[in-house]
Amino acid sequence: MPAAVASPLTTAGSRNPLPRASRDAAWVRWTLTAVALVFLAFFLALPLAAVFAEGLRRGVAAYFASFRDTDALAAIRLTLLTAAIAVPANAVFGVAAAWAIAKFPFRGKSLLITLIDLPFAVSPVIAGLVYVLIFGANGWFGSWLIDHDVRIIFAVPGIIIATTFVTFPFVARELIPLMQAQGNDEEYAAATLGASGWQTFWRVTLPNIKWGLLYGIILCNARAMGEFGAVSVVSGHIRGETDTLPLHVEILYNEYNFVGSFAVASLLTLLALVTLVLKTIVEWRHAASRSAST
Amino acid sequence: MTLPDELRNEEPSKLSVQGVSKRFRSRGHLVQALDNVSLEVGEGEFVCLVGPSGCGKTTLLNIIGGLEHADSGQVLADGQPITSPGRDRMMMFQESALFPWLDVRGNLLFGLKLKPGLRRKERLEIADFYLRLVGLERFRKAHVHELSGGMKQRVALARCLAPNPRVLLMDEPFAALDALTREQLYGDLQHIWQERKKTIIFVTHNVREAACLGDRVILFSPNPGRIREEFKVGLPRPRDINTVELARYSTSITAALKGHAVGEPREVAE
Ligand SMILES: Nc1ncnc2c1ncn2[C@@H]1O[C@H](COP(=O)(O)OP(=O)(O)OP(=O)(O)O)[C@@H](O)[C@H]1O
Ligand SMILES: [Mg+2]
Repeated sequence: MPAAVASPLTTAGSRNPLPRASRDAAWVRWTLTAVALVFLAFFLALPLAAVFAEGLRRGVAAYFASFRDTDALAAIRLTLLTAAIAVPANAVFGVAAAWAIAKFPFRGKSLLITLIDLPFAVSPVIAGLVYVLIFGANGWFGSWLIDHDVRIIFAVPGIIIATTFVTFPFVARELIPLMQAQGNDEEYAAATLGASGWQTFWRVTLPNIKWGLLYGIILCNARAMGEFGAVSVVSGHIRGETDTLPLHVEILYNEYNFVGSFAVASLLTLLALVTLVLKTIVEWRHAASRSAST
Repeated sequence: MTLPDELRNEEPSKLSVQGVSKRFRSRGHLVQALDNVSLEVGEGEFVCLVGPSGCGKTTLLNIIGGLEHADSGQVLADGQPITSPGRDRMMMFQESALFPWLDVRGNLLFGLKLKPGLRRKERLEIADFYLRLVGLERFRKAHVHELSGGMKQRVALARCLAPNPRVLLMDEPFAALDALTREQLYGDLQHIWQERKKTIIFVTHNVREAACLGDRVILFSPNPGRIREEFKVGLPRPRDINTVELARYSTSITAALKGHAVGEPREVAE
């Protein structure tokens, strides 16, 4: 551990002595730090605290009662279902796309990379509207879908499709640079050692990218559970049926049910905090394993 | 198969590269990486390939390893055409290409687990045998990131040897190491090659290294990639890289190399 190695030149009172110029400018450092802290407090800590404070305003009992409401439970279930489908789908897609892009030459590669970024570039509301245009009652496939009694828009499938679209860059974007940097040597080594294509993928490629993959999945999941815009357009806001957690927060708020609204919002806030912690742990492991392999 | 059988060295292969050509398309134009290259390598011979960057040395190694296919021509190993990677031909790279999520012995076991007919206990003994051969038996539980560059290449060599191949294909395996470590590995590699006779094709940019290690040194020239000349090195083994005789060989090879390396990159018409 480099941090544990004390330089023989440092004395007890002055560990890490800074160059003189930066010591003189100590007040600059303090000011900048203070500004950053105030900023953080105002834009992050305060709203976070407000969410919990509002949710708990009528006491703990009222707070927990908010979650026993059947509509709230339905929203939680739908959000979990959506993430349970969108996240694995995007993980598989992301690994496949990154693998193809990083390891094989083919025509249209840069087009594919650009397309992967599309959901980042386009407003989620537009993404939702596109699906309404395609699958809605007056859309391209609308009459066919009605004839065959398939509901996509204003129903659960639409929510899942819109969420998948909005979240599909996360895993691929994380993995493409990682896999490009890794090159093919380890796969080649595995092949000469007698591994088949599948064995190479499962025993070499996947272990090599596991931390990057996990990182992408965590971010993807956070967005999948929190997505508002695209889902709002395709959902139709049918309580107990097509309401996800973020939509339910809005509905309760518009009905002046502030305790319920903020209680449900606090769930999403907790999700964000858990995501941040996981993300930090994975980032740390990821960095450790990367420096290990060089 | 019993353990003593398994540890008995496989007979080295005879390789025959016959009129191999290979082109690549890169950014719209064609590069003739190999142009009608033919080469015979005898059983247990140590051959070094030298040539400027881009003359197709890695490509040739990949084709012999079965990782790439020739556009025309073929490579025979003991008379059999090579079409895919095989346990009889192991490859070593400039970067060790070790698996960092496995420990040292785990890296050796990776290939042994893929080899049918071995029991767990035998695999462990085989792994230990080769770790002893490269002098790293004490590090069997070490993680890859705890090893120095030279140790990593030793593990990579042990990993290549463990499945008991007939051929070793080595692509600039020592290029990323410091001079002292490299010199030590020249000695070790020659010693290991005496113990476990393999047919070795060794790619390098370092002429002196080639003269030190090779029975023969083959000179390549680029655009298109062709064999230009070859030198037999008749010095007794084990060879020390710092001798005057060796310097004499490397001087004449370097002179030949400079003579061929000139010339603008040439593209080939489709
Ligand atoms: N996968 C590939 N796609 C396109 N071009 C390639 C590919 N592999 C090799 N080439 C080209 O073929 C030529 C020979 O490459 P190769 O890697 O075999 O050279 P080399 O002799 O090993 O060079 P170096 O000494 O730099 O390792 C080069 O011009 C290279 O750009
Ligand atoms: Mg090369």
